[in-house]
Amino acid sequence: MPKATFRIWRGERGDGAWVDFETEVSEGMVVLDAVHDIQAEQAADLAVRWNCKAGKCGSCSAEINGMPRLMCMTRLDTLPLDEPVTIEPMKAFPHVRDLVTDVSWNYEVKKRIKPFKPRPPDAADGTWRMAQEDVERVQEFRKCIECFLCQDVCHVLRDHHKHDSFIGPRFLVHTAGLEMHPLDTEDRLADLKEKQGIGYCNITKCCTKVCPEHITITDNAIIPLKERVVDEFYDPIAKLFRIFRPKKTE
Amino acid sequence: MDRYTTHEHDVLVIGAGGAGLRAAIEASAADVNVGLVCKSLLGKAHTVMAEGGVAAALANVDDRDNWRVHFSDTMRGGQYLNNWRMAELHAREAPDRVRELEAWGAVMDRTKDGKILQRNFGGHKYPRLAHVGDRTGLEMIRTLQDHGIHRGITVHMEATVFRLLKDGDRVVGAFGYDREHGRFLLYRAKAVVLATGGIGRAYSVTSNSWEYTGDGHGLAYDAGADLVDMEFVQFHPTGMVWPPSVRGILVTEGVRGEGGILKNKDGRRFMFDDIPDLYKDQTADTPEEGWRYVTGDKDARRPPELLTRDHVARCIVREVKAGRGSPHGGVFLDIAWIREKIRDSEAHIRKKLPSMYHQFKELAGVDITTQPMEVGPTTHYVMGGIRVDGDTQMSTVPGLFAAGECAAGLHGANRLGGNSLSDLLVFGKRAGEHAAAWAKDHDAGTVGEDQATDAMRACLAPLERDGNGENPHALQRHLQTMMQDHVGIVRNERDMTHAVEQLADFRARAAVVAAPGSRQYNGGWHTCLDLPNLLTVSEAVARSALDRTESRGAHFREDHPAKDPSLAGHNTVVRRASDGTMEVSRLPIPALREDLKAIIAEMG
Repeated sequence: MPKATFRIWRGERGDGAWVDFETEVSEGMVVLDAVHDIQAEQAADLAVRWNCKAGKCGSCSAEINGMPRLMCMTRLDTLPLDEPVTIEPMKAFPHVRDLVTDVSWNYEVKKRIKPFKPRPPDAADGTWRMAQEDVERVQEFRKCIECFLCQDVCHVLRDHHKHDSFIGPRFLVHTAGLEMHPLDTEDRLADLKEKQGIGYCNITKCCTKVCPEHITITDNAIIPLKERVVDEFYDPIAKLFRIFRPKKTE
Repeated sequence: MDRYTTHEHDVLVIGAGGAGLRAAIEASAADVNVGLVCKSLLGKAHTVMAEGGVAAALANVDDRDNWRVHFSDTMRGGQYLNNWRMAELHAREAPDRVRELEAWGAVMDRTKDGKILQRNFGGHKYPRLAHVGDRTGLEMIRTLQDHGIHRGITVHMEATVFRLLKDGDRVVGAFGYDREHGRFLLYRAKAVVLATGGIGRAYSVTSNSWEYTGDGHGLAYDAGADLVDMEFVQFHPTGMVWPPSVRGILVTEGVRGEGGILKNKDGRRFMFDDIPDLYKDQTADTPEEGWRYVTGDKDARRPPELLTRDHVARCIVREVKAGRGSPHGGVFLDIAWIREKIRDSEAHIRKKLPSMYHQFKELAGVDITTQPMEVGPTTHYVMGGIRVDGDTQMSTVPGLFAAGECAAGLHGANRLGGNSLSDLLVFGKRAGEHAAAWAKDHDAGTVGEDQATDAMRACLAPLERDGNGENPHALQRHLQTMMQDHVGIVRNERDMTHAVEQLADFRARAAVVAAPGSRQYNGGWHTCLDLPNLLTVSEAVARSALDRTESRGAHFREDHPAKDPSLAGHNTVVRRASDGTMEVSRLPIPALREDLKAIIAEMG
């Protein structure tokens, strides 16, 4: 069988170096297969996070030849094998070891987003009615497998480290899924503007390009949310109405 | 000796798939302190892989459906070895559990009048599976996760439990380690719920991810609990077979529910060749009738592709063995053919089966809207598991509860597709509720220091061998191959006796397994610590399968190919004997309640 070289970033807490491994490749193999073979035969303690190996759980995110991708969905026959294939951990999160990063920030961010709050049920038996065409928009956002590749590629997080003031594309998609849910009654627009930094996104669409679920993150989730925020807080006519509207507290 | 960090909870839930999350949510609703341990990151558990749907007799698509039909279908599918109380509770409560998901934000596909849509699946008499395309599991786990994170549950991510801790007969905690740093953790809890899923990693061809090493089964067994029905391992008929690296990945039954047909290399629709007596009256006579069924004709009967999974898997094995298989050792599953029946079939397939389209396109280079898929059986699910009380989900060990795949009873000898997601919800809730009640009635108990010291010593041993010992990855691969070859879909006494002998050797090798490197995120070390559980479940499957000298449901013996009526009245139990060996016994099934007997008689 032909062989290929895999140049893997190895080390702990940000300190590390490239290490080359040569292993056999066969038809249909994906990058994660090569990593597993290396782990089984050459480096038993190689740290790699993975689960389903079918593109459904979003665990094996890494940067392959510099591109944020799922290792389990990147076939070797789509890569040039006459030169080393580089595999390194995501850059937007603290490094743990080898290919593993600490993605716990994402879980903290999600907790701060106001949860789903449905309207009262439509029918006496406690159920709701929704049309298929009305749920499809939200179903696109709910395809997200939380691989955090969109967070990794986003320059606001990756280069400018605005983790304290910007929630990133993943959680803008999550918020869009709640805001556009036909049953939801919660208002998250003030949070988006004040606490979650939606204004930082300048629509470079890098997140959309790397999404393995092909969610149209920027066009379908972020831009409509930006428009809602603008309508709520910056629309001059709405502002005029607010000025003349008697305030409840006075 | 090393140190450990102690966490105290009223209820500790081990496993954060559908059952664990649902249990944790329910326990937290009872106002007790809940800890949730997951082996990987939250939301990545195997539930995420469930594709087809969640079975519940909502009767949104066919108003003839109700819990009694669902109960009867589940019992028939399980060849009447089911814990009938669980089958009853499951059928009665599943609709409420599904509706509850919607109240928590799930967005399932809709009927024309705006209700939750339901689809056909093998062994279900009426369209019963609520779904979201073919990614229902993702929708379910994300809904539970997003609801659960606002309930005050403490989540311990990437932590593995190595051993349960006891105070006398009672379970009062667990000992484990965090994967990231390799630090030891001691959880004290008044009640423990196991929701660790399955055992698929005991086999080489499996749809299960690395986590499914039978942890809950092994932990419970070591703590003295009974395991039951372990001979029943479900081989899902349709896993991918090519390319080699994706062999075993699941191809949803939803493909057949949407009209997909199975063909051999000669183009013959071989499923019509062998229809079991139990299902003759419910199965279509012609391909035409089968098509009418999948397109909603209420007078039509189901096509033979939608017979139960055990039967479909065996038919595929038969075709392959007879030399009528596909080029890579499977058969053909064809959904593209529906272009003969409906306009714009390609868009329809992409809409109904989006992740199957994606999976084949990207991993196999096959466009399922125009080409057939190559599929073959894959180890998918274990019907057997921890023996529990049907109402409370408590095991035979006080304070230890179990729910979901690691618990047994609901599915008997064979599980119907879609009954797993509903199982997780119904019995996850029940386990959480009763574990919380138990925690309120009991004190924390005491954990002897020696238990922690002993567990730490066992955990550290593979690292201390400093690389001089068996390679854990190689050992696991050998074990998987051995189980696949000797205790797989088609079984016989000679092979399985050999397997039991081999397992003794594997145990000896696992005792000297070695992991080089540090304790930080060391996959080799983690594999070393998973091996004891894998060996326990492998032995339990082999010994139980040897004891059942007949073929029933998912358990097929070529040396005993028929059902034996004298073996229809018991479940096989394994437990640890006082000398540490595995003891097999037969547990009579309690007589079916009269009203339930009447339902089964009525449904025919």
